[in-house]
Amino acid sequence: MAVKYADGVVLGADSRTSTGTYVANRASDKITPICENVWMCRSGSAADTQNVAAYVSRLAQEHAVSVSSAGADADEGIKCDVKLVANITQKIAYQNKDRLQAGMIIAGYDRKLGPQVYGIPLGGAMMENPFTVGGSGSAYIYGWCDDTFRENMSKEEAQAWVKRAISLAIARDASSGGVIRLVTIDATGVSRQMIQPIEQPLCDEELPAVKRS
Amino acid sequence: MGDRGFNFSRKLNQSLDLGAATKTGTTICGVVFEAGVILGADTRSTNGETVADKDCEKIHYIAPNIYCCGAGTAADTESVTGLISSNLLLHRKQTDRPSAVKSALTLLKTTLFRHQGHIGAALVLGGVDSDGSHLFTVYPHGSSDALPYAAMGSGSLAAMATLETGYHEEMSLDAAKNLVTRAILSGVMNDLGSGSNVDLCVITRDSVQYLRNDTSNMHRTFRISSKFDDRQEAVIDYSHCGTATRVLHAN
Repeated sequence: MAVKYADGVVLGADSRTSTGTYVANRASDKITPICENVWMCRSGSAADTQNVAAYVSRLAQEHAVSVSSAGADADEGIKCDVKLVANITQKIAYQNKDRLQAGMIIAGYDRKLGPQVYGIPLGGAMMENPFTVGGSGSAYIYGWCDDTFRENMSKEEAQAWVKRAISLAIARDASSGGVIRLVTIDATGVSRQMIQPIEQPLCDEELPAVKRS
Repeated sequence: MGDRGFNFSRKLNQSLDLGAATKTGTTICGVVFEAGVILGADTRSTNGETVADKDCEKIHYIAPNIYCCGAGTAADTESVTGLISSNLLLHRKQTDRPSAVKSALTLLKTTLFRHQGHIGAALVLGGVDSDGSHLFTVYPHGSSDALPYAAMGSGSLAAMATLETGYHEEMSLDAAKNLVTRAILSGVMNDLGSGSNVDLCVITRDSVQYLRNDTSNMHRTFRISSKFDDRQEAVIDYSHCGTATRVLHAN
């Protein structure tokens, strides 16, 4: 999922990758950088989304270098417009809709339009939203998100909101689990957080705290 | 069925009967340790319920500093690792630099993704390059994971149970070799598709040790010439198994 707040965006995801009933990776990273200031949340087929992300990343960076306003300073990293990246991703998702099983969220910050969140679900549509949820766990938290979302939250509020939402999804969705990963992007840059299961907000008082041995 | 017209049933059956490919019901795994990466594999290759090869090689060469364990369809793992190792060799000749593990990963996953899962290769890729030690799992459809310890193949559940209990960061060489061996052995013992010996491959910054049959379970599975000893039969030594099958008395 991803959410806009007053001066940036927060992306959040669990860390479970499964093949059937087997957890293939319990600490995976589903939040992938496309360029310095634009990141992608991936859901659906890992193979499809990893390869689409790699392809979008290449196209976006080639574009950024060719327009040359960005990428001049090697230390800065390459920056793109968020909407451009979302458009490229949407095109690929739509043109290959019968071959891909990929639900993606593009979020980031640019100077032109500020913080932006784009949802690109299975069929290859694209919608700009104040927040978007996706993946198998999203069905469990739509209502909670609609109910509790507020515009122009502070950074800390937004991070806590995403943390809470993901932990609710993890509690009810068998295909979600592990740690919570957060990526926060604003004008000053990018920061990452990882929340271990023991530190995650409790979902309902029915669940006792996990004891560390 | 009436007696008029063509009967295509045999034709249809024939075209569908492709025969089973030899699959490596396998246990393979890898571990990142303090000085590099260790890869491990069993050596059983199966064709249905028949053991096709009792001592095959499942750790494939990719580059001098990169090796790759293969599970899945034997022909596919051999050909895809061979293809990628050739491509990397050409790339090294062109750039005059040692290959990066990430280059091997990218070539493998794009190739596998392009063939949409029809290349049945499930791989554990490991190596050391200028950027440090790397271990990846690669799935037949072209996805990959970067991990500190990994297992693949039909015996991966047994192997992962061992890795999850025994792994810790910055392991010593001996501890890591021991852990990989134990992980493969738990596949060998608990998974029907895995068996026979354990191959290891230790990759560090300045050396590679390919330890073929590092642990040998098959001392002999056939009678030796009657000229020497008529009654000497297969002796399978389980003494190394430690906790599990400790005592196997002969009456």
